[in-house]
Amino acid sequence: MLNIDDLKVSLEEEEKQIIKGLSLSIKPGEVHAIMGPNGSGKSTLSSVLAGKDGYIVDSGTVNFEGSDLLEAEVEERAALGIFMAFQYPIEIPGVGNMNFLRTALNSQRKTRGQEELNAADFLKLVRGIAKDLEISDEMMKRPINVGASGGEKKRNEILQMCLLEPRFVILDETDSGLDVDAMKLVSKGVNNFSSSSRSFLVITHYQRLLNYIVPDFVHIMVDGRIVKTGDKTLALHVEETGYKDFLQLGKGKH
Amino acid sequence: MTDNYEVRDVIDRETLSTVKSVGDTYKYGFSTDIETEYAPLGLNEDIVKLISKKNNEPMWMLDWRLKAFNRWKKLKQPDWALLKIPEIDFQDQYYYARPANMKEKPKSLDEVDPKLLETYSKLGIPLTEQKKLAGVIEEKHEDKSENRKVAVDAVFDSVSVGTTFKEELKSAGVIFCSISEAIKEYPDLVKKYLGSVVPISDNFFACLNAAVFSDGSFVYIPKGVRCPMELSTYFRINAENTGQFERTLIIADDNSYVSYLEGCTAPQRDESQLHAAVVELVILDDAEIKYSTVQNWFPGDENGVGGIYNFVTKRADCRGRNSKVMWTQVETGSAITWKYPSCVLKGDNSSGEFYSIAITNNMQQADTGTKMIHLGKNTNSRIVSKGISAGKAQNTYRGLVQIGGRSQNSRNFTQCDSLLIGNKCGAHTVPYIEVNNSSARAEHEATTSKVDEDQLFYCMQRGIGEEDAVALIVNGFCKEVLQALPMEFAMEAQKLVAISLEGSVG
Repeated sequence: MLNIDDLKVSLEEEEKQIIKGLSLSIKPGEVHAIMGPNGSGKSTLSSVLAGKDGYIVDSGTVNFEGSDLLEAEVEERAALGIFMAFQYPIEIPGVGNMNFLRTALNSQRKTRGQEELNAADFLKLVRGIAKDLEISDEMMKRPINVGASGGEKKRNEILQMCLLEPRFVILDETDSGLDVDAMKLVSKGVNNFSSSSRSFLVITHYQRLLNYIVPDFVHIMVDGRIVKTGDKTLALHVEETGYKDFLQLGKGKH
Repeated sequence: MTDNYEVRDVIDRETLSTVKSVGDTYKYGFSTDIETEYAPLGLNEDIVKLISKKNNEPMWMLDWRLKAFNRWKKLKQPDWALLKIPEIDFQDQYYYARPANMKEKPKSLDEVDPKLLETYSKLGIPLTEQKKLAGVIEEKHEDKSENRKVAVDAVFDSVSVGTTFKEELKSAGVIFCSISEAIKEYPDLVKKYLGSVVPISDNFFACLNAAVFSDGSFVYIPKGVRCPMELSTYFRINAENTGQFERTLIIADDNSYVSYLEGCTAPQRDESQLHAAVVELVILDDAEIKYSTVQNWFPGDENGVGGIYNFVTKRADCRGRNSKVMWTQVETGSAITWKYPSCVLKGDNSSGEFYSIAITNNMQQADTGTKMIHLGKNTNSRIVSKGISAGKAQNTYRGLVQIGGRSQNSRNFTQCDSLLIGNKCGAHTVPYIEVNNSSARAEHEATTSKVDEDQLFYCMQRGIGEEDAVALIVNGFCKEVLQALPMEFAMEAQKLVAISLEGSVG
């Protein structure tokens, strides 16, 4: 589904390479977790996959279901089925959640050459998803993320995911700022959404989220590279000993 | 979820699809090929007399015009606004133009040149009553309330070409006609109120208007009448090198109510054109007027060639106790906008509100705002201004809040927000606050923000294209003002917001 081959990425503003040769292959239905200390390049990876400005791809390729992902515009990637749940979801004053969701869904459908969803079908769909995630009607009427708590914002991200039905989901530090109950709710949303044709890339600093969203593979990222890959027990190991064992591995490759 | 909420949602969505479907930036830029009769070029006493004669005006009206003209000759064009105004040669303009076959005013819409009607239908103004009804049904499909009708007066260059729903309004006692007709048919009302809000010599442009105004709309709502439908005037400049000087007079007698809408467009031309209008509102005891404008005169091209110079004086006189006025304006067009719809709050407990969206893109300049003059006791005013600048445009909010010595317990709230798109444009806020009564309270809030890269990225990651994302964010920024507009106008305004910002990012 997604093939990253020897990717090297620098910041646009300063000549500093953040990702220094990263390869990763993700098949349909797989859940991959990337863990690593601060500054290891985890968030840069998610930004580059989603197409955010401010990064220069020095070399390497990213192939998504046969197409060159790096060539596509941000909104085209979204229409291809790439979704990123933001670490810090953005507030947009004055723009109602419903309006935003409908515009997003129909924009994607249009790009894919599908018919737009009518108002009635759309409302039914959204209300169903909102109910599962315990998001109130009142919340849905508010402008996007304005005045929402950390937990509400993250649930909103999951609602957008369920509505837009992407095939490849990046969860960027989705656990940050969540209490245990909120984390359970968010994880339930993700697990209900997962299927044999959908893949996830879970970016996280801590192991605890992986108790709820169980990964098939865990990658340890240090200094712009994946230095170790294992199964879910690798995450438990990190939880016990921290990243210090892996820092050396990163340096060793210089 | 309320119905209204869902209706809004539908509108927002339609806005975006409309933006997509519009290829041209200024879609009203076409001109109508129609034989036009001009007065000779330039301005002198003979031209003033000629305009008066063309309208078959009584002597008192001509005297009024001549007084204004003689006053105007002594006035200087104001230069205090934050505008770069190229020198205007007032002798190189035509002050009167009308479609040639309008010598005799048409008695009904059937007698109107089909080309004119075609023009208005192209502009989305269903002028004939039949079309209007069809239009109403189409537009109101989401509204659960009974179908609202809108009566339209259309002004093409210098003359009014037709007013719809006249009979129906008449039976309610409402007078809605062109001002040239009112001068002949209702001289007492016109004499009593014309110039009573904006005096002849109020300012340079208002004075010019008083001398040469050719047509406009007149509305009288009698005591105790709630106008049964929305009234609307549609202004169109078609002829080249022609100034448009319309004059609108609306009187809401005791305990009456009217909502009035005004729309404006002009063809795309290389030469700049002058527009100097005057609007006077008179509001008596317990009466209310809502006045909404969507101004979309041709803004000039991206290099600043052509476009309308829009110098407008609009003022509401809240003479009566508990009288109320609400100005709502969406200003997206014109190369230069100089406009300060004002409220004179004379009556005790009177209130004035001003909601404004001013969008400037490319080389456009706008210096706009309001004046709230508190004279009566317990008067209230509220100002919500949203300025959006893109390209190399300059956008200034200029507002006066004045609370007089006798105006006990009066309140003002002002909110001025500016949004910048790109880094070559400018936004300025110039508030003047004069409080002469210690029991008064005036609040002023102002913000300036930029369309945020992170907001754009968030929208685009969800699949929304860049221009649609900008339109979405800007419409969100303007929401409070858009909600103050009547539904049909809100739709039009949202589309305009999106269209006028096309090409402003990337």
